[in-house]
Amino acid sequence: MFTVDTSTVAEEVRRAIVEISRNIEPTCLAALERARDEEKVPAARFALTKMCENARFAAQTGYPVCQDTGMCVVFVEIGKDVLLTGALLQDAIDGAVREGYADLRKSVLDPVTRVNTGTNAPAVVHTDFVPGDEVKVSVMLKGFGSENMSALYMLNPAQGLDTAKDLIVETVARAASNPCPPVIVGVGLGGTFELCAKMSKQALFRKIGSANPDPQLDAIERELMERINSLGVGAQGFGGKTTALGIFIRKYPTHISSLPVAVNILCHCSRAKVAVIGKEGVRYE
Amino acid sequence: MSEKRLTMPFDKSELATLKVGDGVLLSGTMLVFRDAGHKRLFESIQSGKPDFDYAGETVYFMGPCPAVKGQVMGSCGPTTSGRMDKYTPYMFDHGLAAQIGKGKRSPECIEAIKRNGGVYFAAIGGAGALYSGTVTAVEEICYPDLGTEAVRRITVRDFPAIVAIDSEGNCIYAD
Repeated sequence: MFTVDTSTVAEEVRRAIVEISRNIEPTCLAALERARDEEKVPAARFALTKMCENARFAAQTGYPVCQDTGMCVVFVEIGKDVLLTGALLQDAIDGAVREGYADLRKSVLDPVTRVNTGTNAPAVVHTDFVPGDEVKVSVMLKGFGSENMSALYMLNPAQGLDTAKDLIVETVARAASNPCPPVIVGVGLGGTFELCAKMSKQALFRKIGSANPDPQLDAIERELMERINSLGVGAQGFGGKTTALGIFIRKYPTHISSLPVAVNILCHCSRAKVAVIGKEGVRYE
Repeated sequence: MSEKRLTMPFDKSELATLKVGDGVLLSGTMLVFRDAGHKRLFESIQSGKPDFDYAGETVYFMGPCPAVKGQVMGSCGPTTSGRMDKYTPYMFDHGLAAQIGKGKRSPECIEAIKRNGGVYFAAIGGAGALYSGTVTAVEEICYPDLGTEAVRRITVRDFPAIVAIDSEGNCIYAD
């Protein structure tokens, strides 16, 4: 049994917030630079050039990449041979959010009164129990220009995978310029209403350029990338060939009566980091 | 792309020369506010006593990060303009010169921009750090209790943007 205090998890969350609010995820930045070099439409190329300049400027100066430093979403995967001790995990992570966001915009408020919590807490925390003796902490600062463009569909089986694919492409087309394209698209297929949405968010942690380990899903991702990048939305909606930098799909068995499809859209500033706490210390994936 | 340099407050005749897709570098002053600021301004307009005047101004839809380390303003890229569509025709009809934000606008907004010879500029969404480097002064105008959503007047130098809707109603975004 490996004992981990929740304060160790919280410290990784705090460090991640400070770092990723100023630094775009490296594979995302590389993809943006590639898109800039290949873009022919002048306005889209202008936008991509500014996005890349912004990323470099933010990293140099320590200024947040985007003023929407988002709502903090944390997936904590707890190995079954780990004993978590200390404060309640949610409380520990919320403490990290309060500290990590001290210099950042406070964007979190009560949905009914619209009164700001003033600290950007609470975080949205998902926990899962997994094999092993490590704790994997995946942190994302999720902006809401893109979150607002996300969608969930409960299809019936007769509509099938073709309708699911059409709806994924349509969701990106309808979002158009609002989510700050080029976007990254997370997709959940199957499960229940809430699991489907959760998978679509979790999918966004995959690195751009990585293949889906499931060959069938990989083929669907390739097909959808091509269709999405033929939409002509382009960087900031200014046209051109890059509407998406990546699309990542996760699936789970579902009910005979349904085909849930969730599409979670991420802007071109992917701010995500994964820390794995193990017996040998902390490593970053 | 070679960008045109323009000064705010705008001269209407200068706005008329801009064409959709033009890159611009804006310098001068603009008002900054977003969702909650618009909601409250319109409540004051409906009550007959507007809280502040925006005639001749440019409004930038934005809510900044706090300023740190000698910054004048924290990261300050545009927010989605569509959420302010319902207020926009009235504001152009009552003297607003231009707006800056990101994303598509409603047909009613495009009509109002055309009717009044205004312009809608798209700033680069997500480029918040870069925009903070263009801000040279900030002044509180109204609603300080709204925090990041308060109304401010900022002075900028070489603020990059694209003409997204020109004064003839031409729009950069596909239907």
